[in-house]
Amino acid sequence: MHRRLFLFASSALIATATAILSVTAMPAAAQSRKETLVVLVENGPNNLDIHGIGTSFRSYVAAWNMYDRLVSFGIKTLPDGTQSYDYSKIVPELAESYAMAPDGKSVTFKLRKNAKFHDGAPVTAHDVKWSYDRAVSVGGFPTFQMKAGSLEKPEQFVVVDDYTFRVDLPKQDKLSLPDMAVVVPAIFNSKLAKQHATDKDPWAMEWMKTNSAAGGAFKLDKWTPGQEITFNRNDDWKSGPLPKIKRVIIREVPSPGNRRALMERGDADISVDMPQKDSSEIVAEKGSGKYIVVGVPIENSLKYIGMVSTMKPFDNPKVRQAVAHVVPYEQIYKSAIYGRGIPMAMGPADAPKEAVWPQPFPYKTDLAKAKQLLAEAGYPDGFETTISIDLGDATASEPEAVLLQEALGKIGIKATIEKIPGANFRNAMLQKNRPIHIASFGGWLNFPDYFFFWGYHGQNAVFNTMSYKNPKMDALIDAARYEADPARYKAQVMDFIKLAIDDAPRIPLYQQILDVGMQKNIKGYTYWFHRQLDFRQIEKQ
Amino acid sequence: MLSLIGKRIISAIPSVIGVLVVTFVLTRALPGDPAAYFAGPAATPQAIEEIRRSLGLDKSLPEQFVVYISDLARGDLGNSIATGQPVLTEIVTRLPASLELTLLGLLVSVLIAVPLGVLAATRPGSLIDHACRVITTAGVSLPAFFTGLLLVYVLYYRLGWAPAPLGRLDIFYSAPNTVTGFYTIDALIEGNFEVFRAALAQLLLPVTALAIFTLAPLARMTRAAMLEVLNSDFIRTARAAGLPKGKIVYGYAFRNAMLPVVTTLGMVFSFLLGANVLVEKVFSWPGIGTFAIEALIASDYAPIQGFVLTMAMLYVTLNLVIDILYIVIDPRVGFES
Repeated sequence: MHRRLFLFASSALIATATAILSVTAMPAAAQSRKETLVVLVENGPNNLDIHGIGTSFRSYVAAWNMYDRLVSFGIKTLPDGTQSYDYSKIVPELAESYAMAPDGKSVTFKLRKNAKFHDGAPVTAHDVKWSYDRAVSVGGFPTFQMKAGSLEKPEQFVVVDDYTFRVDLPKQDKLSLPDMAVVVPAIFNSKLAKQHATDKDPWAMEWMKTNSAAGGAFKLDKWTPGQEITFNRNDDWKSGPLPKIKRVIIREVPSPGNRRALMERGDADISVDMPQKDSSEIVAEKGSGKYIVVGVPIENSLKYIGMVSTMKPFDNPKVRQAVAHVVPYEQIYKSAIYGRGIPMAMGPADAPKEAVWPQPFPYKTDLAKAKQLLAEAGYPDGFETTISIDLGDATASEPEAVLLQEALGKIGIKATIEKIPGANFRNAMLQKNRPIHIASFGGWLNFPDYFFFWGYHGQNAVFNTMSYKNPKMDALIDAARYEADPARYKAQVMDFIKLAIDDAPRIPLYQQILDVGMQKNIKGYTYWFHRQLDFRQIEKQ
Repeated sequence: MLSLIGKRIISAIPSVIGVLVVTFVLTRALPGDPAAYFAGPAATPQAIEEIRRSLGLDKSLPEQFVVYISDLARGDLGNSIATGQPVLTEIVTRLPASLELTLLGLLVSVLIAVPLGVLAATRPGSLIDHACRVITTAGVSLPAFFTGLLLVYVLYYRLGWAPAPLGRLDIFYSAPNTVTGFYTIDALIEGNFEVFRAALAQLLLPVTALAIFTLAPLARMTRAAMLEVLNSDFIRTARAAGLPKGKIVYGYAFRNAMLPVVTTLGMVFSFLLGANVLVEKVFSWPGIGTFAIEALIASDYAPIQGFVLTMAMLYVTLNLVIDILYIVIDPRVGFES
């Protein structure tokens, strides 16, 4: 009897299992599969409101595709055939046209008269004004990003009539228009939002976290935080050609192995957040595998080694140069990031020859030179120090730190590695007391002076993790920020790059690459500065 | 019985209060600054201060504690900054996901482990006894996430029999209306058999992985307990009195061997709830373990506190259920208390 019980239990289990398995082999909804885009991500959005507190970069995909902005960037084709946004071209989006005043101190936008929000309400200049006011009033990241383009006070935003909107600028600023094309100045449905505003929460921040007041190309269908977000196409969208994809499903799959398995089985169309090892293997297949990887260098986003220049011994430029001569660049490219990065060292000795950023620094691994520099600086026997890394980025940072630690040992510098959990890393960088740290930074707006303003300027922003202060550097950056004459601008840019090379407070390692895995039938993928997908250009063949 | 339950609940109150205080202090003692973390990539010190104020983290610890307790009294567990949702909503949606997985895993495990243990104990040294030993050793030495990955690799990636490891439902199904939060049960309530099958299919691999892992302690405990009881005097007497073998094994021996098995079951269950984080990760399961780990990484206080509190409640309930089970199995336990 007991044997029978056991046999019964196990055979019943096996029977149910087989029954379930045979059922799932059925093709589910093959029809809609063709018009549906299935995207895999490691983590999904945490807030649908781009102005929200703590809205993560994973949320930009929702804000970007649901909302329209007045203007957007054009699209160009890169040498390898991939499409990329074009930061030099500003094109109208929700605005039908725009005109910059001759003195550059105001921009006037004519809105599309037929544009409607998802609830059918027409888009008017009052909505635009409310949205811009909100961006500069709520504080935190959105306000800060608006300020980067001289957009600071509600008084600057003027409703001329229902379909005309004007932005007044305190001074001519080349970043103003590009700054209106980034994710932050999205246009909200002000009537809908105001219904959900309270005295305590005049900008409806609470409601907007999980709801949309948008009018863009995709409507929010359903958001299950931590699992999935789905969008449906807005068939009434007027600000551009109707997208080819009708429905988008973004699924969170934390395990990278599973993301790869799902792609190889063809159950998903696009996979972002590819580990560098996976993408280098798939790139090496040269399209012979099941799916492909499109890698686009992330504009001005650099992985770097920073040295806090207010702390001994890194206050001495010779010590910093010595470290720059020790870094095992080749090894880092090969074994830490599997070649998925563009080297930013070992460049021509007479760099910079052009006013472009980023460009390879001339440093190469040269232990003899490093030892000599260290002796000149008064540390012939080396010293002890720490290398700090972000655990959130450990896949690449950890091998980089280990390689650096080993190399530093060769010239007598004993380094220990401090691994800082993701939550604490930015805080640690703010304290500016981590002598050597491996970090990365890239700005949304692709101008050399913008990058240097955050990364090297003596205003000492978070991203100047080296706490680098040099009056000469500050003067060059400040001058370039509002320089109207192209020749003078070029000279200033060359000068501050040269200074960054010679003074070496930060040693660029490589430019990071945004790898996106996709099935071979996916066309139209376009790289955007915010590094998220724009579904409007994508189609399935 | 009722007075026992009442007493139990009253005696749990001090431990719940203790848990409240300890988690509150511990989360604050964690390294990491949530304000700096959530201020975003381009934050100035002023922006971080603003966020600290809006999160109420600029107040002193006792003040924060009072705010926390008064919110709690109103049933407000606070908001998770990382997912942007109220913690209560998160726990209400995620706890059933974890429970569905864990309970089913445990059920499958019991269905296999208990008969296996009994068979092994009644025939010590036989083939089935050796098989039991091999299976339990293998089960306990394979971490559940590893078995999970292996199952995904073979059954999904290689053979394509199992559905994609994409959480609780395949992409093209939508979740049934929430009644219990268990997709399988909710689908049955709705009478939607297709969704029921889909939800069950998603459960299959993670449940197998969990069952293999928990099989070992249960089977070994059943075997050991059965062996001990079978060698005791009253069984010998029963045998001498010529009772049928089935009556001896199931009527007397098994019932007496149940107590240690139920204790182990309780321990395995509580261990599983916390430990299946990795299985949840492998199968993209939107469970409570993953939620807590992510909150910890982000120094997101409210969800951590909510999670620990929920777990404490769950443990209290679990202990109560096990105590009641003791009484059901062995009436002597009830008289003593």
